[in-house]
Amino acid sequence: MAEPKTKYDRQLRIWGEQGQAALENASICLLNCGPTGSETLKNLVLGGIGSITVVDGSRVEVGDLGNNFMVDDSSVGQSKAKCVCAFLQELNDAVKAKFVEECPDALIETKPSFFSQFTLVVATQLAEDSMVKLDRICREANVMLIFARSYGLTGFVRISVKEHTVVESKPDHFLDDLRLNNPWPELREFAESIDLHVSDPVIHKHTPYVVILVKIADEWAKSHGGNLPSTREEKKEFKELLKAKMIAIDEDNYKEAIDASFKVFSPRGIGPNLQQIINDCKAEVDSSSPDFWIMVAALKEFIANEGGGEVPLEGSIPDMTSSTELYVNLQKIYQAKAEADFQVMEQRVKSILKKIGRDQGNITKMSMKSFCKNARKLTVCRYRILEDEFNWPLQPELQKYLTDEDYSAAMVFYILLRAADRFASNYNRFPGQFDGEIDDDISRLKTIAVGLLSDMGCNGLTLTEDLINEMCRFGAAELHAVAAFVGGIASQEMIKLITKQFVPMSGTFIFNGIDHKSQLLQL
Amino acid sequence: MADTESQPSRSRDLDKLLLRPGNLVGPNFEPGPQLRADLQEYARVLVVGAGGLGCELLKDLALSGFKNLEVIDMDRIEVSNLNRQFLFRLQDVGKPKADVAAKRVMERVSGVNIIPHFSRIEDKDLDFYNDFNIIALGLDSIEARSYINAVACSFLEYDSDDNPREETIKPMVDGGTEGFKGHARVIIPGVTPCFECTIWLFPPQEKFPLCTLAETPRTAAHCIEYAHLIKWDEVRSGKTFDPDDPEHMKWVYEEAVKRAELFGIPGVTYSLTQGVVKNIIPAIASTNAIISAACALETLKIASGCSKTLSNYLTYNGVEGLHTKVTEFVKDKDCLVCGPGVLIELDPSTTLQKFINLLEDHPKLLLSKASVTHRGNNLYMQAPPVLEEMTRSNLSLPLFGLMGKIPMDIVHVTGTTRKNDKKTSSLRKLRVVFKGVDGVIDMDTAGGA
Repeated sequence: MAEPKTKYDRQLRIWGEQGQAALENASICLLNCGPTGSETLKNLVLGGIGSITVVDGSRVEVGDLGNNFMVDDSSVGQSKAKCVCAFLQELNDAVKAKFVEECPDALIETKPSFFSQFTLVVATQLAEDSMVKLDRICREANVMLIFARSYGLTGFVRISVKEHTVVESKPDHFLDDLRLNNPWPELREFAESIDLHVSDPVIHKHTPYVVILVKIADEWAKSHGGNLPSTREEKKEFKELLKAKMIAIDEDNYKEAIDASFKVFSPRGIGPNLQQIINDCKAEVDSSSPDFWIMVAALKEFIANEGGGEVPLEGSIPDMTSSTELYVNLQKIYQAKAEADFQVMEQRVKSILKKIGRDQGNITKMSMKSFCKNARKLTVCRYRILEDEFNWPLQPELQKYLTDEDYSAAMVFYILLRAADRFASNYNRFPGQFDGEIDDDISRLKTIAVGLLSDMGCNGLTLTEDLINEMCRFGAAELHAVAAFVGGIASQEMIKLITKQFVPMSGTFIFNGIDHKSQLLQL
Repeated sequence: MADTESQPSRSRDLDKLLLRPGNLVGPNFEPGPQLRADLQEYARVLVVGAGGLGCELLKDLALSGFKNLEVIDMDRIEVSNLNRQFLFRLQDVGKPKADVAAKRVMERVSGVNIIPHFSRIEDKDLDFYNDFNIIALGLDSIEARSYINAVACSFLEYDSDDNPREETIKPMVDGGTEGFKGHARVIIPGVTPCFECTIWLFPPQEKFPLCTLAETPRTAAHCIEYAHLIKWDEVRSGKTFDPDDPEHMKWVYEEAVKRAELFGIPGVTYSLTQGVVKNIIPAIASTNAIISAACALETLKIASGCSKTLSNYLTYNGVEGLHTKVTEFVKDKDCLVCGPGVLIELDPSTTLQKFINLLEDHPKLLLSKASVTHRGNNLYMQAPPVLEEMTRSNLSLPLFGLMGKIPMDIVHVTGTTRKNDKKTSSLRKLRVVFKGVDGVIDMDTAGGA
């Protein structure tokens, strides 16, 4: 066995030891192991998922050899679940791989309790009524669920989870937490101890921009009745003031200060996303509340009290032109403030735990630390029950998608994918599945799609003929490249759900393999 | 099953796309069994790179109706590849990637033939690349992309109206990933922008100023780069630093720790040291799967016309939610690589040596140590020594004669250019015109050989 640290090095750099541990503790169930399902699992097995259970009742046919890499010539006639499982096991011996030779639809119908043992179920190539049933089962059992389907040159991925909360959302571009518009006393004192008018040019050009901005903002406020620059004119003037302090043209620290001056102008306090989270009714906690919401409740108190409208300080600073000494000292000031804020939060969390009758050691120091560090980036994702979406799609969105050029193809595919399932339950085959009946199937599919559209509350709209034709041409084919794409997306989203890092997709992802103008639909 | 399904075929699903007519298809789409057969028999695809993307591409193409594939990669398998390069097992570590990847795919997909090339891309001549219908790129370096792009564009010829001649177009699909992000693009030289037209999409990596490393380090990375770039040469002068030598890496790490302690800077770890020194890009299986699948699908569409093609650049970002976007970039009309070629006017008496010297000073080219080929003939080669010796006598001869006294023709030159203080090997296409020579310019008949 390879040293896991080396083997997983390239992914540990993304989700760290904690994310990896979450994956290794997860137990996944796959329904249907055609190429879409097989490719989904492959990406997770390589990454070291804890265990997989492959459920499929079919046997390998010759046609499967042309689109599924996990079966080969010797598999024909054998259980598909068994063959796929054996190949997946070969990819990583650290993964526990099992298979169940049973048809997923039957399992959903007869043994709903089967699904409660898993962390997450990934259901591929399921028809609509099985999807709806499985959705109900998994919601009830609190098991995360994701659907994936490849269909000709289209397909979809849809997450179904009651609620998914993320502390480590790790956004790419997020403003650093420097508090230049609202410095606390220690930072202000530190800035005051430094003389910007120092005559030594080396020292002058190595004063970090944080210090420069705190001091100049202070100077500005003194002459402007305690206010910071707010109008365009004032902002310009402020920048001019900074420029005037330069004593040489090569002073990178002053250039950085001018570039970063917007951090002084930006409003204090918390953003709208976080505001929404602390106002959520789940922030009213009781003994059954998840840790996340208990910490949100504590955060809400912190913001209203010690924070003075702000969250606990993140505590890290970006690199900036500076002497080593000043930079390291500045770092220490930020860290000290973050640590002080954390301790207040810790007390608040503990007292809430006590109030709701839970053990004060219930929430670890480590998760509280992480929560404080990421307080500005908290994310809550909620997904509609599938049945609701199917029966009562959001009307304004639906109308918008149908008429918006960028969305209409994806919206039509969404309708046609559902219509294909209705077609299949009427005719016992998919539209265009067999060569002889394509022309008839086109008009049948159209009738069903128009009916579906009117069930969804849209009348008098026409559907693009070209896409209806294409849908029949696809004949429910599962193309390998499409399956690999759709399965890739599904596995990516599963990683985010399991590691509780990064932000999973919202809505339904509709794949468009014709021109790649895929879309997310929020219905 | 219905009786229409006469006999089981492994092409069951793909046939729907290849045998049936459609409205949203490519202009030259001719559905039918012949198309399927042609794809299997005549379509030849080269996969460049057998890493995270390359492994996926080989699998995807082998299951998309292609039977003649080749793969080129100069690397050997490492343990850290195993989290995503699914064709490799622990016991394969140390073997050439191309060999193992080709073997594994052939074992699983019968009827597919994959020829591996354990080689640097620069070591293959132009004829090797010209043999393929489509080139699929699964690379992680800008230099390698640039090189293959120049090779593919070098085959491109323009007619007298400056329109690209279709039979000389060598399409490419290119993929790239980093963590949860990636891109896939289609390059039809002469029609859509080539890699060089949009080189600004790949800004050069920023380096730390040496004075920061030497005088005012602030971050762990500064300490590591100090040990790597400054301290190493001071203490171990004469010895070339090898990032793959664990002893070297450990030395850099320990020196970095010492420096960090001296300045009170936190955060130096062995893993970070490796990341900074080797410029490691995080990589996972799922992103590679997504991007490669898009590239393979586009390859199938280019080869068969069974659907429209991506026009022309797809970005994927899965960090915050899921974002995909298609951007239609435009060609740079003055592109040195995919344009008709830099025009060079010469006196018929100009010798090959003089021509080579001229390239070095040409403001658009600045190409030193050039090797020159004309219509597949090596006029002068800088390397290998055998070829250099064989072609050396040409240097004193007039280029006009060496080119068969054709008044105007395309010449390919390979040499070294400098970009961002870095030497890169570049291939350029030149339109050489001889002044004062009469003759009907007819590229059709001038070609041939």
